[in-house]
Amino acid sequence: MATRIDVLKTYKIFIGGKFPRTESGRFYQLKNGKTPIANVCLSSRKDLRNAVVAARGAFEKWAGATAYNRSQILYRMAEMMEGRKEQFTAELMSQGMEKNKANQEVMKSIDRVIYFAGWSDKINQVFGSVNPVATSHFNFSSLEPMGVVGLIAPENTGLLGLVSTLCPIIISGNCGVVLASEKYPLSSITLAEVIATSDVPGGVVNILTGKKDELVSHLAKHMDVNAIYLASNGEFKKQIQEDAIQNLKRIIIRDNDSWDDEDHEHPYAIADFMETKTTWHPIEIISGSGSGY
Amino acid sequence: MKNKIKPLAFSGKWDLDPAPESTDHISIKDQYGLFINGKFKNPSSGNYFPSINPATEEKLSMIAEANDKDVNDAVSAARKAYNGAWSKMTAKERGKYIYRIARLIQEKSRELAVVESLDGGKPIRESRDVDVPITAAHFFYYAGWTDKLKYAFPNRNPESVGVAGQVIPWNFPLMMAAWKIAPALATGNTVVLKPAETTSLTAIKLAEIIQEADLPAGVVNIITGAGATGAGIVNHPDIDKIAFTGSTGVGKIIMKAIAGTNKKSTMELGGKAANIIFEDAPLDQAVEGVINGIYFNQGHVCCAGSRLFVQESVYELVLRKLKDRIQSLILGNPLDKNTDIGAINSKEQLATINKYLKIGQKEGAEMFQLDCSIPKKGFWCAPTLFTNVSQSHVIAKEEIFGPVLAIQTFRTIDEVITKANNTPFGLSAGVWTDKGSKIFNLTSQMRAGVVWANTYNKFDPTSPFGGYKESGHGREGGLHGLTPYLNF
Repeated sequence: MATRIDVLKTYKIFIGGKFPRTESGRFYQLKNGKTPIANVCLSSRKDLRNAVVAARGAFEKWAGATAYNRSQILYRMAEMMEGRKEQFTAELMSQGMEKNKANQEVMKSIDRVIYFAGWSDKINQVFGSVNPVATSHFNFSSLEPMGVVGLIAPENTGLLGLVSTLCPIIISGNCGVVLASEKYPLSSITLAEVIATSDVPGGVVNILTGKKDELVSHLAKHMDVNAIYLASNGEFKKQIQEDAIQNLKRIIIRDNDSWDDEDHEHPYAIADFMETKTTWHPIEIISGSGSGY
Repeated sequence: MKNKIKPLAFSGKWDLDPAPESTDHISIKDQYGLFINGKFKNPSSGNYFPSINPATEEKLSMIAEANDKDVNDAVSAARKAYNGAWSKMTAKERGKYIYRIARLIQEKSRELAVVESLDGGKPIRESRDVDVPITAAHFFYYAGWTDKLKYAFPNRNPESVGVAGQVIPWNFPLMMAAWKIAPALATGNTVVLKPAETTSLTAIKLAEIIQEADLPAGVVNIITGAGATGAGIVNHPDIDKIAFTGSTGVGKIIMKAIAGTNKKSTMELGGKAANIIFEDAPLDQAVEGVINGIYFNQGHVCCAGSRLFVQESVYELVLRKLKDRIQSLILGNPLDKNTDIGAINSKEQLATINKYLKIGQKEGAEMFQLDCSIPKKGFWCAPTLFTNVSQSHVIAKEEIFGPVLAIQTFRTIDEVITKANNTPFGLSAGVWTDKGSKIFNLTSQMRAGVVWANTYNKFDPTSPFGGYKESGHGREGGLHGLTPYLNF
C-alpha cells in the first residue's frame, strides 16, 4: 500500500474574521531542529493597518455587547479549544515542546480562558464605585474599554502566554491586534481558527505573524491604536514608549518568562485596559439649602 | 413655533457697588526662597523672578528660581525623608500629619483665597468657594486613606513608589498642589513639587503650612521656577514618578523625556469638551451650566465646556438666552465679591487667546462678546462666543484655555455623538436633557473621563478625575487616585 502524503497546512494570518495571506507575499520557515514545519506569514505594515481598521470597526459593537454575552462567547472559545486539544498539543510538540509540558500548557490555557470569561460581568462590580461627593449629586465611576489594543504577545510561550494576555484585553470590550510569538507562531493561528468559530465577532481579535521588529514600531505609532500591551520580556520597551507618544497610548508592560503561575489570574490585568469614567447628575433637593445645579 | 422673547434691558441698572474683599490681613513677603528639606532657602543661582497681579500688573513678590542644583537638593531631601522618617512612621501617624495640613488650610482659608485671587486673577468668589474648600477637602479625604490602603486593593500588596516629582499648572494653583501632594503622601511617598511660574504664591503659602504642621523635613519640597526647573525634575534620575498637569504638548515632551526609564507617570492634559443641549433640556438651567462650563475661571479650565452643541430646534432660543446671560456677567476686580470674570492669568495667555479670537473671525465664525468696559491695567478678555462654527474650525479643534465658546448645532443623537467624540481629547463632556434614558445613552457613549449630566464643572475629592485619549492617563481623586502612587 502506498504511503499517504500528508496534507500540509498553510498558516495564514487573521484579520477581520478572515484568513488572508499576507499582503507582503513573504514568509519565514519555521523549523524544528533541521526539519521544516511550516511556512509562516511575514506580515507587512499594510496587514497591520488592515488589522487596526478591522479592530476599530468591530469595537463599537463588541464594547456595546452585554457583559453576559461577551462572557458566553469567551466560554465558547474555551469549549472550542477543548475540542482541539490534541491539535494544540501536537503543534506545540512540533515546535519542540515535550509532550507532557505541551499537554499541561494546553489545559492550562483553556482554563485560563474560562477564568477571564467569568470576569466579564463582575469587573465593574469590583472596580466601579459610587462616590459620596459633598454636593447634591449622584456620582459614580465605572470602567470602560479603551478601544483598540495592540498586543505584543509573549515570545517564549505559544499558547498560554497568548491567551493570558489576549483574554484580559478583549473580555471588557476592547479589540486586539496581536503580534504573535515569532518562535511559536503556530498556536496563534490555530487559536485564530478557534476564535473564528466561537462567535467572537470578526475584527475583535486580529493576529499577525512575522518579525516583531518589523511591526512593533508601526503598531506603536498607529494613531488609531489606544493602548499597547508589551508582554515580550521588556524588549522594545523604550522604542514603544517613544513611538506611542504621538497619541499618548497607554502602555502596559509585563515582563514574564513563565505564564504558568496562577498569579496571572487576577482582574487587575483586565482593569489595565479600561478607562475610568465618572458621571455626575444633580439630585433634587426637597429641603435644605443649595442648588444641585 | 417661533419663540418670542422680549430682550431684557441691561443698561445701567445692573451696576453694583464695589464689594472688594479686604487685603489688609494678608502678608506677602518681598521675596520667597525655595522650600527644601523643611526650610526656606535662597536659590543657588541667586536669581529671582517677579510674580505679578494679573489684574493690576503690580509686582506682588519676587520668587526664587530653582536650577538643577536646587532640584537635586530637593530630590535628595525627598529621598532621605522617604528612606528615613516618613517610611519609619506608621500609616496612622502619616495620616494625622495630612489631617493637620487639611485643618491648617481651613483655618487660613480667607488668606489663601485672597492670595490666590491676587496672584492668579480668579474671582474671589471662586477661590473662596471652590479652590480653597476643595483643597482642604482633598487633604482631609486622602488623610483617611493612609491606614486603609489594603482594603482598596483586594489581594494585592500596595507599596509606595518613592519620590514623586510633580509639576502643576497656573489655573488652580493651590487646588492642583492638593490634588498632587495629598494622594502622594497618603500612599507613603515623598514629594518635590513645582508650581507654575505665574502662580507660585499659594504653593509657597502651602509650604509654610506644611512647615507649621511640623511635617518631617524633606517629605514635601516645593521649588519654584519656570520650564527649566520642571525639566530638571522630570529628568532627575532619582525620581520614581512624574505627575503632571498641563498642556497636551508639554505632556508629550515629558513622556518623551521619561521613555525608557522606569518612571511611572500620570498626565492630566488638555481638553476640548463637548457640552450638549437637547431640545427637551431645562433650557435656563442648561444656559447656566454652559456659562459655568466655559466662563468659570475665565475658561482656564482643562475640562471647560468649550464646544457647545445645541439641537437645531432650540438653537435660536438658547443662543438668545446665552447672549442675555453673557451680558449680565460682571468683569473686573477679582477681589470684588460681585465679579464673575476675573483677569486672564498672564500676558502670554492673553496673547494666545487673542490669537484664537482672530483666527475664529478669519475662518468665518461670528463673534459675540460681553459689552463691558475693560480695565486699563491688567490682562482681560471679555466672555466670548462664536457662532457659525464648523467641526473643521481651529476654534472648534484646539484648546484655547480662555473664555471662548464655539457653538455648533445638530439634529440627531447619532450626529452629536459623532461630532462630540471627533477630537483627540477626551477629558470631559456635558449633556443637558430631561430624559433619563437619553442621559445614559449619551453619558455612556461619550469617550471622556468625566461626564456631567445636567450639571457642569463639579469637582470633589471622592470623584476620580482624568481623561481618555490625548487628555492624559491616570486618575486623580477617589480611590482610583491612589493607584498611580503605588507599586503592587
